[in-house]
Amino acid sequence: MSRKFEYFIEKAIFLSGAASIVFVALIFIFLLKEGLSLFSEVNVFSFLFGTNWYPISDPPQFGILPLILGSLFVTFGAIVIAVPLGLGAAIYTAEVAPKSIRGILKSGIELLAAIPSIVLGFIGIIFLGPVLKNIFQLQSGLTALAGSIMLAFMAMPTIVSIIEDAIVSVPKSYKEGSLALGATHWQTIYRVILPAAASGILAAIMLGIGRVIGETMAVLMITGNAAIMPTSFLQPVRTLTATIAAEMGEAVSGSSHYYSLFAIGIILFIISFIINVLADIFMHRGKANR
Amino acid sequence: MRDSRRYERVAFGVMAAATGIIIAPVLIILFIVLWYGVPGLSLEFLTAMPRDGMRAGGIFPAIVGTLVLTIGTAIFSIPLGILAAIYLNEYAGKNWMTRLVEISIINLAGIPSIVYGLFGLGLFVTFLGFGASILAGSLTLAIMTLPVIITATREALSSVPQQFREVSFSLGASRWQTVRGVVLPNAIPGILTGTILGLSRAAGETAPILFTVAAFYLPRLPESVFDQVMALPYHIYVLSTQVPNVSMKIQYSTVLVLVGMVFIMNIIAAYIRSKFRKRKTW
Repeated sequence: MSRKFEYFIEKAIFLSGAASIVFVALIFIFLLKEGLSLFSEVNVFSFLFGTNWYPISDPPQFGILPLILGSLFVTFGAIVIAVPLGLGAAIYTAEVAPKSIRGILKSGIELLAAIPSIVLGFIGIIFLGPVLKNIFQLQSGLTALAGSIMLAFMAMPTIVSIIEDAIVSVPKSYKEGSLALGATHWQTIYRVILPAAASGILAAIMLGIGRVIGETMAVLMITGNAAIMPTSFLQPVRTLTATIAAEMGEAVSGSSHYYSLFAIGIILFIISFIINVLADIFMHRGKANR
Repeated sequence: MRDSRRYERVAFGVMAAATGIIIAPVLIILFIVLWYGVPGLSLEFLTAMPRDGMRAGGIFPAIVGTLVLTIGTAIFSIPLGILAAIYLNEYAGKNWMTRLVEISIINLAGIPSIVYGLFGLGLFVTFLGFGASILAGSLTLAIMTLPVIITATREALSSVPQQFREVSFSLGASRWQTVRGVVLPNAIPGILTGTILGLSRAAGETAPILFTVAAFYLPRLPESVFDQVMALPYHIYVLSTQVPNVSMKIQYSTVLVLVGMVFIMNIIAAYIRSKFRKRKTW
C-alpha cells in the first residue's frame, strides 16, 4: 500500500474524529442564527415567562411558559413512573433473575427500545387514550398523564440498561464481603450494591430525563396539544418539542413565528447539553470511585 | 433472621413484577399490531400507490421513501462514523482534544430529534439550498445516527485485544496497516451490529424528516436526490392524525410494515452478534 494513500487516510481519520465537534457547533450556530432574530422584537424575559402562546394572532404573543411547564409536567410524570420500575427491573435482571431468563429479559427491553416512537404514539391514541378517558371520566384521554405513561416506557430501556451496567460493574468483592458477614442477598443489594452504584443510577436518571424531554412525535400525538398553562395531569398539555413539530410546517420562513420556533430549539439544545454533561460527570465519577 | 428472609422474598417479588410491567406492554403492542395489521397486508398494499386521498390503495411510495432515506443515511454516516471511531480508539491520545470529541459525541446523542429537524431545515434545506429533499433528509438523519455508529464501532475496536496490535507493530507494520489488517477485520461483526441498529433507529424516526424531506402525499417515485419522498413514519402520523376517515385496517397495516422493517434489521443485528460471539476464541 502506498505511503500516499496512508497519508490521506490518516488525515481523513483525524478529520472524521473532529467532525463531531464541528457538527455540535454547527447545530448550535444554526439554531442561534435563526432563533436570535426573534429577540429583536420580543424580549427574552417575556419569551421565557410569558403565559400566552398565540404565535399567529394579531399582535402575536410568544410566551413559552405554558410549553416549558407542559414539558416539565410530562417529564416529571414520566420519571416518577419510570425510575422505580426501571430500578426494580434493573436489579431483577442483574442480580435476581435466573441466568436462563436473563437473556430473554434483556431482549425484551431491547425490543421496547426498537419500537419507533411514532408507533407508540399511534398505540397511545388508539388504546391508552380511551382507557384513561374511561377510568377518569374525561372528555378526552389525551392528557399529560397519557404522555407521562407513554414517555415512561420510552425512557425505560435507557434507564434499565445504564442502571444494570452500574450494578454489574460493582466489584464482586463488595458483594462477597457482605454475604460473608451474614447479610441476605436483598440486604446486600440495598445496603452495599445500590450505594456503590449510586453514580450510575443518577446518570441513568439524567439520561432518562434527557430522552423524555426531547421526545417529540409520541408526545405530539397523545398529550392533547393544548398550549395552555397546565394545572393538572388530567388536562391536555403541549410540550416544547411538540410545538416545533406541530407549527413549523405552517410557519412562514423568515417570520417571527418561524424564528420563535428556532428560539425554542435553542432552549431545548441548552437543556439537553446540561443534562448530558451532568450525566457524563456522574458516569465518570462512578468509574473513578473504583 | 426469618424476617429478613421474608423481606427478601417480598422485595424480589416486587422487582419481578416491575420487570413484568415493563416487558408485558411490548408483547401486547406487538400482538395488537400483528393481530389488526396482518389482515390488511396484501401484495397490492405493499406495491400500489395510495388512492382516494390515502384512504385506499397501497403504501409503495412510503416504503420506497423509507428505504431510500435509510440507504442515504448509511452512505453518509457509516464511513464518517467508522473513521471517527478509529481516530478515537487507535490514534487519539489522552488529551483535551479527545475529551472534546467525546463530549461532542455524547451531546450529539442527546440532542432531541426535533432539534435535528430544525438544524436540517436551517443548514441543508435553506442555507445550502437543497430544499426539502432526499439529500437534506439523509444528511440530517446521518448526523443524528453518527453517535450511535461511533460508540458501537469504538466498543468493537476496543474489544480487539491489545496484543494483536503489538504483534503487528513488532512485525514492522505501521499504525494504519495494523488498523486495516488486524484490528478492523476482528471488529467487523461488532461494527455491523451497531451500524444496523443505528440505521434501524433512523428508519423509524419522524421528527428529523418532518421539514427536511417528508412529503404529505406524493403518489410517485423519486427521480433524483433533490426530490421529496413519502416515508413510513410520517405516513403513519398523517394517516392517524391529519386525514379523517382512514380505515383502521390501513393504519394498522402501515404500522405493521414499519415495525416489521425495523424488527427485521434488529433481528439481523442480533444474529450477527450471536454468530460471531460464538466464533470468538480470545
